[in-house]
Amino acid sequence: MRNLLILVLLAAFGLMLYPIISEFSPNEGLSKVSEYYATPANVATINAANLVTAVVVTYRGLDTLGEVTILFLSAAIISFFIKAKESKRKLRANSEILITASRLLLPIIIMLGVYIFINGHLTPGGGFQGGSVIASAVILLILAFPEKPVNRKFLDFLESLSGSVYVAIAAMGAVVGLGFLDTTILPKGSFGHLVSAGAIPIIYSFIGLKVGAELSNILSQFRSVQSE
Amino acid sequence: MDYIALTTGFLIILGGLWALLSHKNLIRIIIGFSLFDTGTHVVIVAFSYIRNRTAPILDQTIAIDGAATRITDPVPQALVLTAIVIGLGVTALMLAFAMKMHKDKGTLDVGAFSDQKN
Amino acid sequence: MDYLIITAILLAVLMLVMTVIAIIHKKMMVAILASGGVGLFASVLYLLLAAPDVAMTEAAIGSGLTTIIFFYVLNRIRSNDQQKNETAK
Repeated sequence: MRNLLILVLLAAFGLMLYPIISEFSPNEGLSKVSEYYATPANVATINAANLVTAVVVTYRGLDTLGEVTILFLSAAIISFFIKAKESKRKLRANSEILITASRLLLPIIIMLGVYIFINGHLTPGGGFQGGSVIASAVILLILAFPEKPVNRKFLDFLESLSGSVYVAIAAMGAVVGLGFLDTTILPKGSFGHLVSAGAIPIIYSFIGLKVGAELSNILSQFRSVQSE
Repeated sequence: MDYIALTTGFLIILGGLWALLSHKNLIRIIIGFSLFDTGTHVVIVAFSYIRNRTAPILDQTIAIDGAATRITDPVPQALVLTAIVIGLGVTALMLAFAMKMHKDKGTLDVGAFSDQKN
Repeated sequence: MDYLIITAILLAVLMLVMTVIAIIHKKMMVAILASGGVGLFASVLYLLLAAPDVAMTEAAIGSGLTTIIFFYVLNRIRSNDQQKNETAK
């Protein structure tokens, strides 16, 4: 009886979503909004080579601000829930390969993460990708050296600093430039170089640091309740 | 290619919903939520695909002047970028709640959490 | 152009098979690994759909970090059960 109800519910949901496939006609060209974003005059105003970055930071910057707020809120609620017990526990010693390899790989992974979010406006990448690569480096650190405590205060300080600087740059756009989250307050530079596209590299670097610190914080909270 | 991606995403959404409804273990319900998220993201990115065009990054292969006729749509890709990170935050929050509920009652069965009067 | 379509169909079949494994299999560990595998194949599908930013994000977050958090919680719950069984005996 329960299975029958589940089947009916799934069939109804599938029927509701079926027009996605049946009435879909393949796109002929860009939509009007994207065509406006891709005209040479608008590209020259923002001067970023990666159009997805230009959309995320400049044209849809308010969504990015909301998403940074949601991540901060979930990290705060998780740390409120999980009480950290720093108890001494006896663990088996890790294997030699893991310790040596992680000593070699950790600086390289962090450098890769920083490279990804610094070059966010030129190649595929950006703040969120670089932040998650840095968080995976912190996981490798936790797994390879379980006795080493993660410095929670430093992560908190880094996260708050990055968030405040991001909001301060956005508010400066309202004071000096055209409006909130305007990236043309800094000089545009030449297309395709590292120092170009106004304030986009600075904003994305701080977003990358903030996301990396936040995800590392969440993961180290989960680790501190692990016993044996 | 877009039809293939659309159908796959649609079937993954249905699969995630099935896992959500037919299991009693709390962790399997959360796995269903994660599958639901992945299917939705595949459907949204499939809407941004235009045949015979390439990624929206202007470098040596795509000049700035003719860019609007050679790139795919960047707006749905930007929205999905945000949605993936938010999906991770929500999943982590759900798992923290599940851990707390298990410590409270000792079991992960959904039927054990239905008392509200006492 | 043909090779891309064949690769896309292969990826789609693999993703559906792993979804079914994640729903039906009895052991929880296999189900968690299968849901991580769906994210991994979705990342390759995003590359075929000409979206490299989304592919990078999904590979790092959807198939790496989510699986690790699931395993942490599973470990904690199993060790809690073991402790309770030991004190009850």
